[in-house]
Amino acid sequence: MCLAIPGRITEVEGATGLVDFGGVTRETSLTLVPNAAPGDYVLVHAGFAIEILSEEEAEETLSLFRDLAGALGDEP
Amino acid sequence: MDRERFSSEPEARALVARIRELVDGPAALMEVCGTHTVAISRFGIRSLMPDDLRLLSGPGCPVCVTPQREIDRAIAVARDPRAIVVTFGDMMRVPGSGSTLEREKASGADVRIVYSPLDALEVASLSPDREVVFLGIGFETTSPTIAATVIAAEERGIANFSVLPLFKLVPPALHMLAALPGRALDGFICPGHVSTIIGSSAYEPVASRHNMPCVVVGFEPLDILGGIVMLLEQIREVRGGGDARVENEYGRAVTPEGNVRAQELLDRVFEVRDSDWREIGEIEKSGYGFSSEFVDYDARVKLDVDVPLDAEATGCICGEIMLGTKLPTDCPLFATRCVPRDPVGPCMVSSEGACAAFYKYERNEG
Ligand code: SF4
Repeated sequence: MCLAIPGRITEVEGATGLVDFGGVTRETSLTLVPNAAPGDYVLVHAGFAIEILSEEEAEETLSLFRDLAGALGDEP
Repeated sequence: MDRERFSSEPEARALVARIRELVDGPAALMEVCGTHTVAISRFGIRSLMPDDLRLLSGPGCPVCVTPQREIDRAIAVARDPRAIVVTFGDMMRVPGSGSTLEREKASGADVRIVYSPLDALEVASLSPDREVVFLGIGFETTSPTIAATVIAAEERGIANFSVLPLFKLVPPALHMLAALPGRALDGFICPGHVSTIIGSSAYEPVASRHNMPCVVVGFEPLDILGGIVMLLEQIREVRGGGDARVENEYGRAVTPEGNVRAQELLDRVFEVRDSDWREIGEIEKSGYGFSSEFVDYDARVKLDVDVPLDAEATGCICGEIMLGTKLPTDCPLFATRCVPRDPVGPCMVSSEGACAAFYKYERNEG
């Protein structure tokens, strides 16, 4: 039930945004993310964007995993 | 954008290898989120784990923990021709004591499925002579969307709209689980999207009071494997005498403080109450009722539908499964008398229930 899907905001009008989910666009309420702007990636649940996704944080997490993979790859 | 990057195979292999390195005795991790339940089953993660590591599904499916009596109440409302019941689709097939919303709809009741609570508000504005009752089910991920909808109803002056408040809160359930006698759990895989709203800091009291490792985890394969690694590393420290803490694997969507705007709306519209969890019982301060300012939107007050207490149990062991002491395959009814088409217990009804996920993805494994 807590499924939330990432999408990219293409337009903002008042408290509503158009969010692109890889080709499918949906009207989405931005009431819960008042600072969201076009270009932002947001997580969408039940018609509402619930958070703006941080690309920096995504890269940071991935680089931790990559380091681990690298470290294991070095072992004989 | 996330799916591919967080499914990369070399990293997944490395994480599985690290998990195997870290497990040096029996350990049990519990997730409390239906989306995790399904992801773990679907990606086959359980089969990659060493035998000593148990991945358990706690009470993470809001549909599964809604008391039968509340389903009966929704059914009673649906039978009133003046009412329209609007709900997320998950609720349709949950058995009440004698019927389901799906069956009521088939026999003529006006029950509608929506994607967003805002759609329910549209139904209300188009049918001003009917009372539109939205089934307010969900954890902290969902409740802010319904709080926002109630505020929108007030702003738009829509008076024929109300919500049956069946919300549940996750941290009180974690406290209850962590305090169970015998300490069957070694760490919590905390629900990513609930945490988006409440923030990772919401679990600090769980970690400190029960010395229970907590890691907020996302939903892609690398998220789950990475979260398990973080938990196992922490469990090592705790077993060596260290203090448990909250860590966040899902930093791209979760901050320590969470979504403050959503929290403000929750505080305005709702009030924390004790709440009854199906097959588990009452958990203190684990649900929401309406605040006095918004009590006009409380379907329970507005409609005053009385329903009898829950009917007797059926041999279903969902309660024990959700408390982490049993797996679905331990239930004698699993895949025999209880199947998704004809469910006996709530964990088989919702596609996110532990039994349904096991049935769909993991039935043939040893
Ligand atoms: S298999 Fe069915 S009866 Fe058994 S615990 Fe699961 S839901 Fe309940």
